[in-house]
Amino acid sequence: MSQDVVKSPSQLKQKEMIRRNYDKITSGEVKVSSTFVPGNLNELLMCFDIANNLPEINAIQNGMRKKSGEMIVEAERSGHSEDVCTYVKADIGMMARGNIAPNGKPMPDPDLLLLSYTGCFTFMKWFELLREEYRCPTVMLHVPYAADGRPTQNMRDYIVKQLKEEVIPTLEQVSGIKFDIDRLREYLRKSARAEDDLVWMLEQAKRKPSPIDCYFGGVYYMGPIFTAFRGTDDAIEYYRLLRAEIEQRIEQGLGAMTPEGDMPEEKYRLVVEGPPNWTSFRDFWKMFYEEGAVVVASSYTKVGGVYDYDGFRHDPEHPLESLADYCLGVYTNRNLPTRVDMLARNVIEYEADGLLINSIKSCNSFSAGQLVMMREVEKLTGKPAAFIETDLVDPRYFSAANVKNRLESYFQMIDQKRRAGGSGPAAPATMNKRS
Amino acid sequence: MRTFIGIDLGSTTTKAVLMDENREILGRGITNSRSNYDVAAAVTKQEAKIAARFTLFKQQLGTAGGVEALLEDLERSFRLEQFLTELKQLEETCDGYLDQPRFKENKAALREALAPIFRAIEAEAPQIYARGAERKSDFFRDLAGARFMNIAGKVAKESDISFETLLNIYDKSIIDVESLVPADEEVGRQMLKGLARALQDASDVAISETEARAALTRVLAIELEETYVVGTGYGRIRLPFPKEHIRSEILCHGLGAHMMFPETRTVLDIGGQDTKGIQVDENGIVTNFQMNDRCAAGCGRYLGYIADEMNIGLHELGPMAMKATRALRINSTCTVFAGAELRDRLSLGEDRAEILAGLHRSIILRAMSILSRAGGVHDQFTFTGGVAKNQAAVRELRKLVQENYGDVTINISAASIYTGALGGASFAHRAVN
Amino acid sequence: MATKSVKQIVDFCQEIYADLDFTRARQWKEAEPGRKVIGYMPVYVPREIIHAAGMLPLGILGGGADMEVIHGDAYYQSYICRIPRSTIDLAITGKLDFVDGMLFPSICDVIRNLTGIWQLMFKEKYVRYFDTPQNFRDEIGGRFYAHELGELRADLEELAGRKISDAQLNRSIAVYNENREWVNRVYDYRSATPWKAPAFEVYLLMRAGMVLPPEEHSALLRDYLAAAEAEDRPLRDNCRVVMTGSFCEQPPLNLIKSIELAGCYIVDDDFMLVNRWLLEEVPTDGDPLANLCRAFLHHSAETAAKYEADMEKKGSYLLGLIEKRGAEGVIFAAPSFCDPALLDQPMIVRRVAERNIPYITMQYAENSGQMQPIREQAGTFADSIKLWSAS
Repeated sequence: MSQDVVKSPSQLKQKEMIRRNYDKITSGEVKVSSTFVPGNLNELLMCFDIANNLPEINAIQNGMRKKSGEMIVEAERSGHSEDVCTYVKADIGMMARGNIAPNGKPMPDPDLLLLSYTGCFTFMKWFELLREEYRCPTVMLHVPYAADGRPTQNMRDYIVKQLKEEVIPTLEQVSGIKFDIDRLREYLRKSARAEDDLVWMLEQAKRKPSPIDCYFGGVYYMGPIFTAFRGTDDAIEYYRLLRAEIEQRIEQGLGAMTPEGDMPEEKYRLVVEGPPNWTSFRDFWKMFYEEGAVVVASSYTKVGGVYDYDGFRHDPEHPLESLADYCLGVYTNRNLPTRVDMLARNVIEYEADGLLINSIKSCNSFSAGQLVMMREVEKLTGKPAAFIETDLVDPRYFSAANVKNRLESYFQMIDQKRRAGGSGPAAPATMNKRS
Repeated sequence: MRTFIGIDLGSTTTKAVLMDENREILGRGITNSRSNYDVAAAVTKQEAKIAARFTLFKQQLGTAGGVEALLEDLERSFRLEQFLTELKQLEETCDGYLDQPRFKENKAALREALAPIFRAIEAEAPQIYARGAERKSDFFRDLAGARFMNIAGKVAKESDISFETLLNIYDKSIIDVESLVPADEEVGRQMLKGLARALQDASDVAISETEARAALTRVLAIELEETYVVGTGYGRIRLPFPKEHIRSEILCHGLGAHMMFPETRTVLDIGGQDTKGIQVDENGIVTNFQMNDRCAAGCGRYLGYIADEMNIGLHELGPMAMKATRALRINSTCTVFAGAELRDRLSLGEDRAEILAGLHRSIILRAMSILSRAGGVHDQFTFTGGVAKNQAAVRELRKLVQENYGDVTINISAASIYTGALGGASFAHRAVN
Repeated sequence: MATKSVKQIVDFCQEIYADLDFTRARQWKEAEPGRKVIGYMPVYVPREIIHAAGMLPLGILGGGADMEVIHGDAYYQSYICRIPRSTIDLAITGKLDFVDGMLFPSICDVIRNLTGIWQLMFKEKYVRYFDTPQNFRDEIGGRFYAHELGELRADLEELAGRKISDAQLNRSIAVYNENREWVNRVYDYRSATPWKAPAFEVYLLMRAGMVLPPEEHSALLRDYLAAAEAEDRPLRDNCRVVMTGSFCEQPPLNLIKSIELAGCYIVDDDFMLVNRWLLEEVPTDGDPLANLCRAFLHHSAETAAKYEADMEKKGSYLLGLIEKRGAEGVIFAAPSFCDPALLDQPMIVRRVAERNIPYITMQYAENSGQMQPIREQAGTFADSIKLWSAS
């Protein structure tokens, strides 16, 4: 996670896991399915010995290595609009540039596109676009949007039916392996074990100081459970190591870890909504930790599954239903009132100073409606919120001066309010309504 | 005496406000930001101190007859002295450059060409600062530069020296001169000289020369101790202050507006680079703020772009738009598209004033969005920034605020450009008291 | 019965189009106590069910070119399309206060999340995110969809305070079958004689269908066909194009006019697809919801918001239109920041290009003001098509 600090056992473990997975994908010896992070069916893919390749993660890797900019431009040159998601364009640009995996080896063409259409419209178009290139089997899992706050039985039935009659038959066909539900149960049991430790980890941020950063640090901590490792012994081991490290930090009274060591003083506690920017990830993070700001909870660490809010765990007793519930429950598949409730509860339960929204140009699923969410969370918590705007992997949309300016204003506003004994947010002005 | 100074480092100008222990504003200073923020901060601080000394001098003289006029004369005379000093520095610097290899061969000829230019400017200088004379700018760079260009052009025509060479020497030198910060002693000398000059022209002053001189000497002897300095503004990250002396411009604007109009609850600031909507409580503390997003759509720069597009001065836009009785609908607040839309409309023969009124409306509509995003407009409402000087923009703002939020008191201060610096000075005061 | 002139009909439609207070819908509601109005956004909702509940389906297509959005920008970032911000502005300025409920179809994440904004801001109103299946097998997507339709029916029954019978549903299906038939006739007529039915007139006629009860709208379409036929208008040397990508946020009327004035007859389009979404007549007997369901799964138009399971069929709807209308070119006109249209476009463009069909792409917003570039682009396109066909 950092070149400045000695890597901890959990960090080394994760690095090794990622390396092995890329080696597996690029080995040419296993079948590979591309799929998405939200609603990913990793345990199911494992039942068919299919490796899981996540184009979002590739885009993130390319973003952090500052390669995404040229890939995006490449895609735009071939007719993709400047207005649309930069993950998609980075992926298409990567393909155009030889599709080299982060381990330097060429990425094999996928044997399958598993289109888990969960919480993001763009996913659907993304894999339609990839299908044009790879011309490989493509199977759609349509996860309905939980628009009324809780999934209905109809939605659940629909997903299970798709799993049974569309997804599993396709996976059997591609892999030549017969589906074994007991194998799935076993993986789900392992998922649940890792998920328990994960939730324990998230909740440690309630402590003061928080031993972890749940946004910048959080993206690393979430890695295994969100990607190709849920349901594996590796993931269990990773979270066991991580837990031990956090327990040690708590014992020593240490604050959150940063790329430059332990955070000396925790001055601000924030809840963050929205994905981070990847192209300037380290600079972005630095704007927080050098001001003493730690993120105690974030919605982005719920994007690949929500485990704390309503206690969901993968359930070996109801394997397909539990996969359906998992998909239905990912953060971006939840309606705005639920997201507001989650964030407001986070602000209150984690004793945060307020909500910060990082609004991402690429991601309408997250971004459309965030300004309303911000006002609602302010109303519910009485804590001030702030709004910054960046993008995922398009360096053209990260203006460091602008972001820093807003962050500093926000931190100072929190300071000022504390000193003044805290005055609540201004009531919304009345507008002249049509009578 | 203890003083508290706020410095607002803008992208084009740097402002300073200096206040005393009782939070009375003693002086304000402004200078162009140059490319050197350290110098700009130091110069504007000195300018605020100069203004403070004028204020103190005025207090010394009291309300005796003719004092107002004398102070005006003093101010002009002092500026003239300042100008002459800087002109001399400029000439010396130019002369210094003549030793550089590329000019050395021609040194004598160049010196011969430069001398009359400076003599001519020197001779013109008193007119620049004559009673009732209008100055296009208060900055030495602008005043001296315009005249240098003009005269150098003529000189070049009459000699073998190319205009470009003279310009090149000037360009190098002005940067050096601009990076000089006048010392207190120098300022004191200029003030005394200025007073002497002013007294020469003075009539009907109820105070004797000796009294005036003594009073000024007393004022100059007062040490303006920089008890606490707070920096803010666009370039504040590069302010030459330790971190704890830096405050966000949002907070400074909020507090500054509160200082000017204590009943302020909502502040709108439209600057060159950004537009800010700020809510403050009864103590001037910011409770909410929003800024325009990444693109500069609808900021002051938009009007600058339109002025360039129409090939007129920025200050001419407002009056021209005021001639319209209705505003044409302009849909692009994007600075790039607005130019195209403007050309399109003009080519269709639409009325120039009405188009301009529409452009002003569109910038204010954008501001209304930011205000709405920041929680709306609450009574009282204070409008600051460069665009607050534009009558056409103010007209649209009044209309739209009335339509959307009803009767709201709208405050616009003539000194609104100093809002951020004033907030900074207040923060400086709060930091110590 | 005195026959109406084209001008009278078009003026009538223009008035409806320009009226952001939806006076006609308000009048309809006030005419009888207890009447209710259900708003819906593009692309498709089963208006038959609303109609069967005795309610007026009201198409909400944003604020158009002339609305000054003041508060809407407070709800949306600048990189989000314009239709949700003008729609929210309509709502918060009270222009939708008479609307009893809103349906937000599953077209993209922005409209999807608008459901949530409505839930947060207008808690007293009925709001439903209307999800349609992306799986088109009867026993999978069909079963899900039938259930969703059942829920909608139950919701509307509750809102209406009465049951919606199968017979009422079947009657409403018949009303909309008839309406679709007239809509298709107008489209056919325009394609056959585009100089007699200019695109902007047809557009305004279809817009009227967003506000008027379907029976009235059908009558209007019938009157228009008669009036247009009676009128003598000059044939111009225009090329024939299909316009596509404008299924949600609408182009300004001036854009449609500009394209035609620049030399392109628009012989088909995807504006207000809800009018023509179902491609075949829906049976008016039997289980009405099952019939609506089958129609959606097997006989509905293709658009970017819908998944195409068979890659070979991707774009076939557009290619079919091009062939059916004898179009010589395609104008891809997408709203700025429209995820569905812009992400889909490269795939459709590829298919069009492979068949050597000329095309251009353009972007607009509902309030785009500059038409000069549009005129130039469309004019050049028309000229190039003429040169192409001459060679």
